[in-house]
Amino acid sequence: MDELNALFGGFAVALSAYHIMLMVIGITLGVVIGVLPGLGGANGVAILLPLTFSMPPTSAIILLTSIYWGALFGGAITSILFNIPGEPWSVATTFDGHPMAQNGKADEALVGAFTASFVGAIFAVCLITFLAPVVAKFALKFGPAEFFAVQFLTFASFIGMGRGSAFKTVASMCLGFALASVGLDGVTGTLRMTFGQDELLNGFKFLVAVIGLFGIGEILCSMEDGLKFNGATAKLRMDAVIRTWKQLPGMWLTFLRSCIVGCWMGITPGGATPASFMGYGIAKRLSKRGDNFGKGELEGVVAPETAAHAAGTAALLPMLTLGIPGSPTAAVLLGGLLIWGLQPGPLLFVEQPDFVWGLIASMYLGNVVGLIMVLTCVPFFAAILRVPFSIIAPAIVFVCAIGAYTVNNAMFDVWMMLAFGVLGYLFNKLRYPLPPLVLALVLGDQAESSFRQAMLVSQGNVGVFWSNWLCGSIMTLGLVMAFWPMLQALRVKLSSNGAITRAA
Amino acid sequence: MIRREVSKAKTIAAALAASACLTSPSWAQSWEPTKPVTLVIPAGTGGGADQMARFIQGVVQKHNLMKQPLIVINKAGGAGAEGFLEMKASASDPHKITITLSNLFTTPLGTGSPFNWKDMKPVAMLALDQFVLWVNSEKPYKTAKDYVDAVKAGTDRQFKMGGTGSKQEDQIVTAAVEQLTDGKKFTYVPYAGGGQVAVQLVGNHVDSTVNNPIEAVGQWRAGQLRPLCIFDAQRSTYTAKVTDKEAWSDIPTCKESGLPVEYQMLRGIFTTKNATPAQVNFYVDLLKKVMATPDWKEFMEKGAFNQTMMTGADYEKWLVSAETLHSDLMKKAGFLATQ
Repeated sequence: MDELNALFGGFAVALSAYHIMLMVIGITLGVVIGVLPGLGGANGVAILLPLTFSMPPTSAIILLTSIYWGALFGGAITSILFNIPGEPWSVATTFDGHPMAQNGKADEALVGAFTASFVGAIFAVCLITFLAPVVAKFALKFGPAEFFAVQFLTFASFIGMGRGSAFKTVASMCLGFALASVGLDGVTGTLRMTFGQDELLNGFKFLVAVIGLFGIGEILCSMEDGLKFNGATAKLRMDAVIRTWKQLPGMWLTFLRSCIVGCWMGITPGGATPASFMGYGIAKRLSKRGDNFGKGELEGVVAPETAAHAAGTAALLPMLTLGIPGSPTAAVLLGGLLIWGLQPGPLLFVEQPDFVWGLIASMYLGNVVGLIMVLTCVPFFAAILRVPFSIIAPAIVFVCAIGAYTVNNAMFDVWMMLAFGVLGYLFNKLRYPLPPLVLALVLGDQAESSFRQAMLVSQGNVGVFWSNWLCGSIMTLGLVMAFWPMLQALRVKLSSNGAITRAA
Repeated sequence: MIRREVSKAKTIAAALAASACLTSPSWAQSWEPTKPVTLVIPAGTGGGADQMARFIQGVVQKHNLMKQPLIVINKAGGAGAEGFLEMKASASDPHKITITLSNLFTTPLGTGSPFNWKDMKPVAMLALDQFVLWVNSEKPYKTAKDYVDAVKAGTDRQFKMGGTGSKQEDQIVTAAVEQLTDGKKFTYVPYAGGGQVAVQLVGNHVDSTVNNPIEAVGQWRAGQLRPLCIFDAQRSTYTAKVTDKEAWSDIPTCKESGLPVEYQMLRGIFTTKNATPAQVNFYVDLLKKVMATPDWKEFMEKGAFNQTMMTGADYEKWLVSAETLHSDLMKKAGFLATQ
């Protein structure tokens, strides 16, 4: 077991007082970054990157990856408490996390989210430790057609998830696609739907939309409902960790599914955001309690969080072995490697074993340290809900505005956020689901460019999506997922007619 | 008041440009930033320009080269138009500088965004980034000639060229190569970033790329990619071995291999249009200090940059000719915005 020897060598590097201190600092900063909407993990790491310039590379990456872990943990906090996703990958956490908080179970939701994050991360690190070369080869198989197949599967696993009418889901998704197409068209290199407005060059930023739709929209709804947070009156109990952990073993299958989805999306690279949506979608489809999802089910918090954290961690693998970033944060870290004088790519494992194994060991340690830190803070986080609405609501609006501004350093985005807030309120009142819009906005342009790249490569032949087993099976799975509600309806209809037919 | 200062500045600038010398240190220090300096990156995080900008920020901080902090922000919207338009809009704020890539020329030409490099004040050319023709090492092509012959012999659009972005530097180089392939075109597939392009080539999803050295060096060293030729007039000057057998200097120029195409990408710094010569000089001085550090030299070698530094009139002359070159290449390829 060469890997184990190397890993213990790595622990020897990472387990120094200095490095543990860096982890604690990094995770604290990361949680703060994760909590503040807009100031994403990628921004946080980029801001601190030059500070690490004079550190040894191993210490520098331990600090920066700890910020990354912290941000992954922290993104869940505001999603659960206020329905405001601090990070794009915690949007799916709001679906059940916030209803749980409204039912007075904020502490359980937080513990569930943190534990799930930890499990996802550790699963992904184990994968990196033992299977890095194999997995790196798998990632090479992904061309444009395969990427589109994965994105299609993400959309497909989401259709029919909204509680309301399926047409409303489609309408919401289409609006998301339309918003996603504003700005530069990456395939032809021309501007689309900017109507000559310089502000629209950048398109609609996902984070601005999310802060507005969820954050401001939620505040508007709460104001109408009587200026208070539901669930604020819940008693504060200190046994949340034990209470929640007792429920978790029963969800082992959800954990496993989300871990696999997450690792896969992190490596290919799809990133943590689609992973969280897909994890949630699959759990809702396959779990026994799937029908209760969206009403405050612990499993609905666990599924996306596990997948997001597994993906976020696994995203570092293609960065180390191939030199391609699996997520925006990994892209910044990649730049960091070059600055510290390391060359990412296939030879990094061979030439810089101390660095690589030190980093991998720090992933184990960083997540353990992170879990302990955030779990001890759960009662404190949950207590925030007890602050009167009249104090916390202006603070939230203020932080949201700063967050929207930070995304792109533009005042225009703050107005945009308010506009999205009103839209979010209207969606809520008219019972249109928001998640499809958000999903389309975050994945729409990626899916579009993969599709068009695939069409360029195949000279316009749609058969390219079934040209090999990998791509073909993902696409077929996607089609089955997309038409599942219809197939099920058909089966119910047929069996009620007494006709015993196999479902198509 | 402000206007008078500006016109005075213009006179001085003209006088200095005539002497083609901006290095009089006695009064070069007569201006210093009074607030933090913003370095605008007209590209996303993780790309070549972003790496260089953050590297400069790191060097400035590490060696304490400036009293005020240097803040880096990405303004990537509309293929960098967002960043350049911000520079244009803050013409009177000398606390803003920007780093360029070829989108300085290609974005206004390709998208019709209303800006031009003349809307900013050139400070210095830091280096020129190279382009190399890469193929997968499993493929039989050993030289650029082998590959070009294969393209000529194949059917139209049979060969796929991967590159970063659309109507930007990679596609321009591709279009220039297409002029020499007997009318056979490539299928150009645009991707979001250079690292992704290199990996797509390793996975055989495209047939060739024109990656910058730093984007593909990892895969070259691992024996997955093979460089065929470099799009420069001379071979690279870096003779240290990069792989077991080869150094950057061992890659023949494309011209040597019968593919007379030359293209380099500007890595230059600009400040805002109304900056005075003293302000420009401050930045020139600062950049010279950055470039004197061993960190910078190592960075240059790693990315096999062509280390040409230019300031003042030389730099402006280079910019004028580069702009003409780009508009010619883009016109020939049909990449101009229809406006």
